[in-house]
Amino acid sequence: MSLLVQAQQISRAYGKILAVNQVSFNLEKGQVLGFLGENGAGKTTTMQMLCGILAPSSGQIQINGFDLLTQPKAAKRHLGYLPEQAPLYKELTVHEFLSYCAKLHQLPVPQQAQAVRNAEEKCNLTTVAHRLIGVLSKGYQQRVGIAQAILHKPAVIILDEPTVGLDPIQINEIRTLIKQLSGEHGVILSTHILSEVQEICSHVQIMQHGQLIFADTIAGLTQQANTTLLDLTTHSAIDVGKLLAVAGVNKIDTLTEKHYQIHYQAPHNPIEAVTQLVIQTGWGLEQITPVKRSIEDIFIALSKTPPAP
Amino acid sequence: MKMIFTIASREFKTLFLSPLAWTILGIIQFIFAYLFFSQVDAFIAFQAKLAGIDSAPGLTDVIVVPLYANAAIILLLVTPLLTMRLISEERRNQSLVLLLAAPLSNYQIIFGKYLGVLSFLVVIVAFITLMPLSLLLGGELDMGKFFCNILALFCLVAVFAAVGLYMSCLASHPTIAAIASFGLLLLLWILNANASLKDKSSELFDYISLLKHFQTLQNGLINTADLSYFALLVGSFLLLSIYRLEHERLQK
Repeated sequence: MSLLVQAQQISRAYGKILAVNQVSFNLEKGQVLGFLGENGAGKTTTMQMLCGILAPSSGQIQINGFDLLTQPKAAKRHLGYLPEQAPLYKELTVHEFLSYCAKLHQLPVPQQAQAVRNAEEKCNLTTVAHRLIGVLSKGYQQRVGIAQAILHKPAVIILDEPTVGLDPIQINEIRTLIKQLSGEHGVILSTHILSEVQEICSHVQIMQHGQLIFADTIAGLTQQANTTLLDLTTHSAIDVGKLLAVAGVNKIDTLTEKHYQIHYQAPHNPIEAVTQLVIQTGWGLEQITPVKRSIEDIFIALSKTPPAP
Repeated sequence: MKMIFTIASREFKTLFLSPLAWTILGIIQFIFAYLFFSQVDAFIAFQAKLAGIDSAPGLTDVIVVPLYANAAIILLLVTPLLTMRLISEERRNQSLVLLLAAPLSNYQIIFGKYLGVLSFLVVIVAFITLMPLSLLLGGELDMGKFFCNILALFCLVAVFAAVGLYMSCLASHPTIAAIASFGLLLLLWILNANASLKDKSSELFDYISLLKHFQTLQNGLINTADLSYFALLVGSFLLLSIYRLEHERLQK
């Protein structure tokens, strides 16, 4: 596994506002890294820094072994970037535009035509290749944007909300395309749609107030989702220590004096044991309900956590 | 260098994809033709009288010099319209990212854009030049002076384009870029307006003014000082543009 992106402690301030604060992460070949976060969490700023459009206030970024600040040209050769709004020249045809991009990325002249053809095929643009970009639908324009980003076969592809504004069929097509791309490249994408992350990403990072608050594999995130909850209400206060001793129980949150939340690891459901214990000790069982957490819940729970000082 | 030409040729072709460039070419060619025609008309009217005077102004002085002087003023109005979109519109359409994320230096982007729009202005100058050339069919031109006029107009549009490009880097809206570059160019043009008042004229303003250097060249005097003045202006505004683009990366 080769390290494609290495971001170390990157920060970015706009005046006094710290948009991105000490973010570090890596990307390896074959990974699809999903960036999640609320609006204004610093996702786009981070991506712009990775592409060399914004200079970080501090920190270091290496793309495929080249430092983005000291060797920007060499580093950018390994980058393909699709910003939130695709950078298109609407007065050009798809083919003209992609040929221009091939020149901008300094592909050797004999390979340019082939590269443009490949990108057009991959993004299903062959039928509209000779139409003006300005008259194409949003979905097609977005595909031209993606074609522009993958044209020069960069090691790292960065897509900022690639599926925004597309219809469900187009979203599916683009997801399939991203999955295909992840074979040969490393992909970073940002999105608001959590199911999208579950479906196409191998790794997830959640940003909040410019900080990275969660970084794990999809498996890790799913495990979090499997750590489920029991909601317990009793007549009288219980002895938390005794309840913690039950097999499978990880943690107990005391919501009020008679209302508790019991966290447990997925396969060992302690609901029976807990019910028995509560009845035996005479705390007076009023209600016990299993609470299933979705990825959305985890995201919201993580987002609610105040940023570390 | 190759990348500069890639960007320049794209910019040049894009100009011709918009109706703006064609409209400008058509309309100003019509105006120049009218100006040229009236100069020729005036020359024919005075020809008999001129023949009687010793060392009278010739064909070049009566037709070519006023034509290029008028062209300078018209291009002062027109160039801001051509340069306004260079960076400003790309920033608005968010397509500037394409250039910023590509493996290019800022100077390549700026030089490319500059060369692209300058080539278009050269086309305009070439079209103007065709008209006096037609006089060769029936008359004789002072070729040295004719060349100086072409050079003077070229130097001038080179400055116009550089100023326009810088303003386009600064402004968030193309119209603002156009107005700002027009204002600055006009100021540079009329800066020595008070030079005619003898005791009030300022040598500094006289030196900064575009008009003075342009007129010296027009009169057939190729002076290193004038040429370096134009080169200095072009260089400074291009450098400022590069810095401005760099600033985009550093702060927003």
